[in-house]
Amino acid sequence: MKTLILTALLGIVSMLSEIFGFRKYLWTILVLGLTGVFCVNLSELTSAYQYFPNMVVFDHYAGVFSGLIILMALVWFFISKDQYDSNEFNQADHYSLIMFALTGTIVLVSFTHLAMLFLGIEILSIPMFILAGSRKHELSSNEASLKYFIMGAFASGILLFGIALLYGATGTFNIHEIALIASNNSGSVSILFYTGIFMVMIGLAFKVSAVPFHFWTPDVYEGSPLVITAFMATIVKTAAFAAFYRLFNTTFAPLIHQWGSTLSVIIIFTILTGNILAVYQTSVKRMLAYSGIAQAGYMLMTILLTTYESQNALILYTSSYALSTLCAFAVLHYVVKIKGSDTFESFSGLGKSHPLLAVIMVISMLSLAGIPPAVGFFAKFYLFSAVLQQGYLALVIVAVLGSLISVYYYFRVIISMYSGESETESIQLTVINKAVLVLIGCLIILLGVTPGLFIDAIKSLT
Amino acid sequence: MQVLSNTVNNYLVLASILFAIGVMGVLVRRNIIIIFMSIELMLNAINLLLVAFSVFHNDASGQVFVFFIMAVAAAEVTVGLAILVMIYRNTGSVDINSLNKLKW
Repeated sequence: MKTLILTALLGIVSMLSEIFGFRKYLWTILVLGLTGVFCVNLSELTSAYQYFPNMVVFDHYAGVFSGLIILMALVWFFISKDQYDSNEFNQADHYSLIMFALTGTIVLVSFTHLAMLFLGIEILSIPMFILAGSRKHELSSNEASLKYFIMGAFASGILLFGIALLYGATGTFNIHEIALIASNNSGSVSILFYTGIFMVMIGLAFKVSAVPFHFWTPDVYEGSPLVITAFMATIVKTAAFAAFYRLFNTTFAPLIHQWGSTLSVIIIFTILTGNILAVYQTSVKRMLAYSGIAQAGYMLMTILLTTYESQNALILYTSSYALSTLCAFAVLHYVVKIKGSDTFESFSGLGKSHPLLAVIMVISMLSLAGIPPAVGFFAKFYLFSAVLQQGYLALVIVAVLGSLISVYYYFRVIISMYSGESETESIQLTVINKAVLVLIGCLIILLGVTPGLFIDAIKSLT
Repeated sequence: MQVLSNTVNNYLVLASILFAIGVMGVLVRRNIIIIFMSIELMLNAINLLLVAFSVFHNDASGQVFVFFIMAVAAAEVTVGLAILVMIYRNTGSVDINSLNKLKW
């Protein structure tokens, strides 16, 4: 709860900084504040409190996910600093919108009432609509913003209709009470309940960009400013998955036989479509968008699992995906600064001119593709073995095939970095930027080499 | 369906029809303002449904939810209209076909 309040307060502080003129120190204040929030969050981890009569609960699930999100937000602040230092953007407004979006993510990971699910999604989405269109004079940014807005509002509408039907069938919005009603009459639930589940599933599938509801994702990711795309692809996606998992694994788990097969079909199409379309991209930014769609398919697999392990698998996979993608976007950010374009060709010669950036990119690509020394391999391994134990053989075969395809486009980046001539233009990274990049790179390798540490740490909290 | 009384059934049918009109409007119409109106129609269909169920269950929380939806819908459409103004300044049109920069 303190995490939620403090994050919202930091957003208000960012708005006040414009009035009271301490804009220059805002970045430092926010980074220190987020570090403080992270520590507060750690101290709250072991408890499970209900707040506002059963509206939100801060259990270890919420604690772990909000910790992860705050950590990623801290990394994001370091990556995006130089972007906002140049006068192109209105710094304080952007930072306050980012902080309010973070507030939304924390509501999303901790809701126990369907109203909080809806409010969390909207608190997260509305700032993102604005941020996606923050390059006011660029038509592609405008278009991204409008597409995101229409799709977001449309998906919220479908989600809300589902919630209304669930309310009609059960007479309550509390997810634990709905779960109780579902498990008491799992054989004879009314048709309203089923329709409600499927509409909620469609609404959330829009938010996590699962096929066939993915078509907005590449356009929005490409049109938005790069740092905002990085935020959307990592933090927003993590929160959306946390909400999806909490809703379906706590509330609708007794009825898994009814919705499980639909979700399996969605997963298969998501993995195949995402991976195959990523092969044809010429822009790395767009390739990362399609890779995000494909990875969403893997993360959706955890929702099918009813075992206790699925929670660890989800936490491990989202943190591995988010860290690696954030890393990739950081390097892409610098490459765009050097070359002014985000095609695969603009990466050529990076291995010679900027060895550090190239090594970090290699680590993150290996992790996304699931190659052993990086954490991505272990996350995939843990997830696939858990799915296999539940008997979803076909799903695992498709997932492994998808990973094989993904190696092609991830390695295309690596190959173009270490071939071709290096150019004379270069960029000076500050010591802090270098340190942050090296730190995440080390973290990705370290978690991959000693995954037991991470799993034990999560388990010890429960 | 058998659990619901006839009156609630009528509301359910009406709300579903309104919602379907809204969905069709978003999918078919090309004018951005009409699309916004269709989204509002979807949300109002949901509000109607929630109120009907709230009376049926004799439970106030459905009506409280409606207030949340109204407030959020107002905030959302404010942002949407701001985006629309931004687009109109750049393209001089509110037709969704004028936006075709991003394609796969």
